[in-house]
Amino acid sequence: MTLQLFLLLAAALFAVGLYGLLSQQSIVMILMGLELAINGIIVAAAAFWFFAASGRPDGQVLVLVAISAMAIEMAMGFAITTAIFRARDVDMADSASDLAG
Amino acid sequence: MQTVIFLICAVGAVAAGIAVFRVDSMARATLALLASFIFAAAPILLLGLSYLGMLVILMMVMEMMIMAVFMVMYMMNPAGLMPMKMVHNNKMSLVIAVAVFVLLAAGVLFTPWPSGTAEAAVPGSTTAAGRSAADPTLALGLDLMGPHMLVMIVIGLALFATMVAVVVLSTHRGRYDRFGDDLQRRPADDPVRGGLGK
Amino acid sequence: MTSAPPWSIIACFAVFGMLAYAAAALSAAMNARESGTPAAAALTLPGRETARLLIRQRSVTPGADPMLARLGTGLLPLAALMSILVIPLGQHAISDLSVGVVWFNAMEVLAWAAVWMVGWGSNSSWGLVGANRFLAQGLAYELPHMFALITAAVGAGSLRVSDIAAVQGQSGHLWFVVYMPAAFLVFLLSALGFAFWGPFSQPLGREIAGGAAAELSGIDRLLLLAGRYLLLTAGAAMAVPLFLGGGAGPLLPAWGWILFKTGVVLAVLVWIGHRVPAVRMERFTEISWLVMLPLTILQALAVSIFVLVGWM
Repeated sequence: MTLQLFLLLAAALFAVGLYGLLSQQSIVMILMGLELAINGIIVAAAAFWFFAASGRPDGQVLVLVAISAMAIEMAMGFAITTAIFRARDVDMADSASDLAG
Repeated sequence: MQTVIFLICAVGAVAAGIAVFRVDSMARATLALLASFIFAAAPILLLGLSYLGMLVILMMVMEMMIMAVFMVMYMMNPAGLMPMKMVHNNKMSLVIAVAVFVLLAAGVLFTPWPSGTAEAAVPGSTTAAGRSAADPTLALGLDLMGPHMLVMIVIGLALFATMVAVVVLSTHRGRYDRFGDDLQRRPADDPVRGGLGK
Repeated sequence: MTSAPPWSIIACFAVFGMLAYAAAALSAAMNARESGTPAAAALTLPGRETARLLIRQRSVTPGADPMLARLGTGLLPLAALMSILVIPLGQHAISDLSVGVVWFNAMEVLAWAAVWMVGWGSNSSWGLVGANRFLAQGLAYELPHMFALITAAVGAGSLRVSDIAAVQGQSGHLWFVVYMPAAFLVFLLSALGFAFWGPFSQPLGREIAGGAAAELSGIDRLLLLAGRYLLLTAGAAMAVPLFLGGGAGPLLPAWGWILFKTGVVLAVLVWIGHRVPAVRMERFTEISWLVMLPLTILQALAVSIFVLVGWM
């Protein structure tokens, strides 16, 4: 186990999540991509804590912030999906492109 | 031994992550994402972060099961019985994702990181950085209730704001729908009655 | 972390298996008494039922997702067995993790995934209704349940299950059930909840043709029912180190007291399951979030104050 291996895992997770984020049409699937990307950040933060600064808990705090970001992202994502679905009966990002800007 | 477990879990996490966007059934996609999270939590546990690792597993199981319900609610084809592609700009997304991975991997491999391997590192004893680590869970708790109290306060406020915003966004009934125009109607007119008769 | 010898793992699982069997037999005996038939035959009923299910064919529905269904039926008993790992039987648990309470919680939440996979995978609308009921019920009981677990951990100042039990065994310390009765009751309720037993058996409700288990037969049904009894047993066994003093007690050795207390809690849970009518989850959700959740938060606050002023 080296820092490089952990960071490669984090980068791979982030890249897979990024692909999902960019390519998926359904909002729920986009959220899945976002979750994968944030999970990469969690792995990277944990690895940095262990290999670079395990005497201090700052890395752990970063992991906690990332986990909270995940929870908030998913709750808000589903709430917006529900609101759009109620208003227009769609769950696709393309059908809500007028919300951009 | 640890390296072998790490490699298995790392490959599993990435493979399950890719499977999320390849399988047809939405239920399988959600559970593939769950598998990816659990595989990715195992390396975190290997680092000795037992609390945060278990927290990720605990939270993700609950979150993914709720996600599965939303999947079934909103997707037109949740079981994947009629295979269809729901993607836009697939090629460019793939190119961008691969490019980002190559860029990050190059950064990972060519940056001179402060310390090398941590083969001898056992949770609870001396870690790679050479400093002795007490129970990391205790350290995190003391830190959050001490120097990093502000982080905890901000997280708490953000979560609270999220709860309020989520309820406002997702409900379509306000108090006038429940209690009538003069807010006098008791019990409330709810489509589903709760257990307390309010 | 103390590592246990391999035989003790097998012995521990055997003990929990027997307790789960006893729970099933007790439930069958109560059924027999309610219907007026002799209760003696009920002692062997779970065994005969097991043999019957073992030789029966599994049923297949068209368009099902057998991979998810099989994973789910296997995951349920597996989650129960893994949650047992941190429960001390005697002085030490099989794997006395430093975050044992969180581990128990995470394993018990795996039951959500298992039941949902079973309900979804059998491609039956009753199955999916039952699975979604279990998720709704899970959301209702989970928050008070977490606060109940945390209250016990706060009282002992440790997330390690054997530490929590050890604190109650010290002289001058009462069992945690005395300091935190609300948390204890909420924990028992949520144990009924995560084993979908008794008042919380709606996910397998009779009016939806067996719910998540509607399409199961043969080995799949056996695994689901065994997992359910094992989860109930794990819940009862976890209540002992958390609230009932673990192995503390006169005369008997520690393991004897733990087994006795676990048996009593388990019998109470089974008895409640036969005496209390089923509760619908939209009702339970409101009760849980508006009554139980504030109650457990107040309980946690009270225990924190007790710890600060040194009463426990």
